[in-house]
Amino acid sequence: MATHLPLGDPADEVGSMSPRQLAWRRRGDSFGRTWSVFRSNRQAMTGLVILVIFGLLALFSPLLVSEDAVDPSMASGPPNSPPISGYPLGTDSFGRSVLALLIVGSRVSLIVGLTATLGAVFIGATVGLVSGFYGGTRIDRVLSTLTDWFLVIPWLVLAIVLAAILGPTLLNVILVIAVTSWAMTARIVRAQTLSVRTLPYVERARALGASDASIITHHVLPNVFPVIFAQAVLTVAVAILSETTLAILGLGDPTSISWGIIIEQAFNAGAMANGYWWWMIPPGLCIIAVTLAFTMCGYALEEIFNPRLRRRG
Amino acid sequence: MRLRYIARKCGWALLTLLFVLSANFFLFRIMPGDPIGLLARSTRLSPEALQQQIHLFGLDQPLPAQYLTYLKQTLSGNLGVSIISGSEVSETLAGRVWPTVLLVGLGTLIAAVIGVIAGIKGGWTRDSGFDRGSLYSSLLLYATPEGWLGMLLLIVFAGTLGWFPAGGYASNSGSGAASFGDVARHLFLPVLTLALGYVGSFVIVMRSSMIDVKEEDYITTARAKGLNDATIRRHHAVPNAFLPSFTLIVLSVGFILGGAIVVETVFSWPGLGLLTYQAINDQDYPVLQAVFLISSGAVILANLVADIAYGYLDPRVEGV
Repeated sequence: MATHLPLGDPADEVGSMSPRQLAWRRRGDSFGRTWSVFRSNRQAMTGLVILVIFGLLALFSPLLVSEDAVDPSMASGPPNSPPISGYPLGTDSFGRSVLALLIVGSRVSLIVGLTATLGAVFIGATVGLVSGFYGGTRIDRVLSTLTDWFLVIPWLVLAIVLAAILGPTLLNVILVIAVTSWAMTARIVRAQTLSVRTLPYVERARALGASDASIITHHVLPNVFPVIFAQAVLTVAVAILSETTLAILGLGDPTSISWGIIIEQAFNAGAMANGYWWWMIPPGLCIIAVTLAFTMCGYALEEIFNPRLRRRG
Repeated sequence: MRLRYIARKCGWALLTLLFVLSANFFLFRIMPGDPIGLLARSTRLSPEALQQQIHLFGLDQPLPAQYLTYLKQTLSGNLGVSIISGSEVSETLAGRVWPTVLLVGLGTLIAAVIGVIAGIKGGWTRDSGFDRGSLYSSLLLYATPEGWLGMLLLIVFAGTLGWFPAGGYASNSGSGAASFGDVARHLFLPVLTLALGYVGSFVIVMRSSMIDVKEEDYITTARAKGLNDATIRRHHAVPNAFLPSFTLIVLSVGFILGGAIVVETVFSWPGLGLLTYQAINDQDYPVLQAVFLISSGAVILANLVADIAYGYLDPRVEGV
């Protein structure tokens, strides 16, 4: 037990801690170790810096841009103008500042990416934990088959069908992405759970009379959590790309301006034929930056938590 | 043993197909508006044709009966009629298959060849300048939305430079070599977009399996025997490292349709993808249903082929 704690800790301090305190102490230590490996990875730190910048932009977007600036009926600029003074990135065909659209878009795109991921990871982790914990039983077979089905079905076509049926609202877009992107998480969590459940401490908890639900949530989940977290970070990248694809196909919510919606509106306004590059290019670059940042952070975390994968860098 | 392995894989494929058929049926029944009402919306369908469809698919029957009729009709190749054009969905689809196969087949092939070669070289000389360069470009391409990349290429190469047409399949209905050149000119940008969009994943998969294989004992043995580096790479490392990429290539072929939707939309390429885009805008549900069925069927088939081929290439997996 004591070997898990950093050296030099006075033993009496540890002795006076409650089990809960001990558990949190251990989690804090392991977070510290992860952070120090993460910090030494240049790719990961680049990604993190990009994410912090866009995160702050999204957080403070209501202070930077007023609602009126992106309201098509209130726009004041000249339509389809290349960058001029006052409009550093030019305007769209309503005369809205493209820079203002991008700032508002950062908020919507990140919200969609993060909430869809939350949904996907919740479904995936639940399915994976239950399936892995009851590995080999009938429940496992049913859940694994379901996971395999969702891995096999062309997700984009399923997403299109669902989005077309449900209708283009922001909530539906989030729902559709969550429903179509949980399967990878489920498969990874199941594999991890299968190996964790045979560890002695899980057996001990069972011997002490813990229920299955309590073992899964208190003993297996904390152990599997790092893997879930790394997978979640990678899923955000996929979710943001999916949102873009759905938006370009006209399945996004036209009233919530995401980066994907900006691209779609530029596309439909003939930005390509007319050469409105200032309108078309920036939202794509934002998507690339954020997707790349999440991917680089996710790869780094995956490498730290799952050493067998230490080969991507 | 081998027969049992193949039978098990076939069984799984059939089960998956049944799942897709069921999903297809029920998804389109939970949406607002009943199927008869949706069909009746069509202006192209005569009252007699409408009655015939209702009768054929048992739309006035209770749900379980409808389900069985749907399965029977679908399996015998009847996919219903398009709400917009009033023609048979299966005929509409058939006319669109060739352009998509041409576009995505070519794009996947180019991406696979370049990706596998770059992955072999990068993985073998890990951390070299070439490896870093190809890995970072792969990650960058992976993070790029395909549709946006296509639009960018259109602005630069079709708009500013005027080298290529802005979209479509062919400009004039010539024949022979002239027509071939015409189609090729239209094909260039969409194929380039697809190839750029796919190449990253091929590089990453091939590279990481090369890195794995390089650590294996039998490679060390080959070195100890005094074989030169190129021979070891070509005859010892690549054949084993290629397996995961092989699976990825076969599966990509199955994803042909899914991959084509955005690119065909951007380039107005008249394949299944553009048909899907039009069906979304027109809410032409029978067409969407058929697209989902066909694209899932292609992936299931590709999976089956990959599984069986894998069983031959790597006999160890049969025991799993």
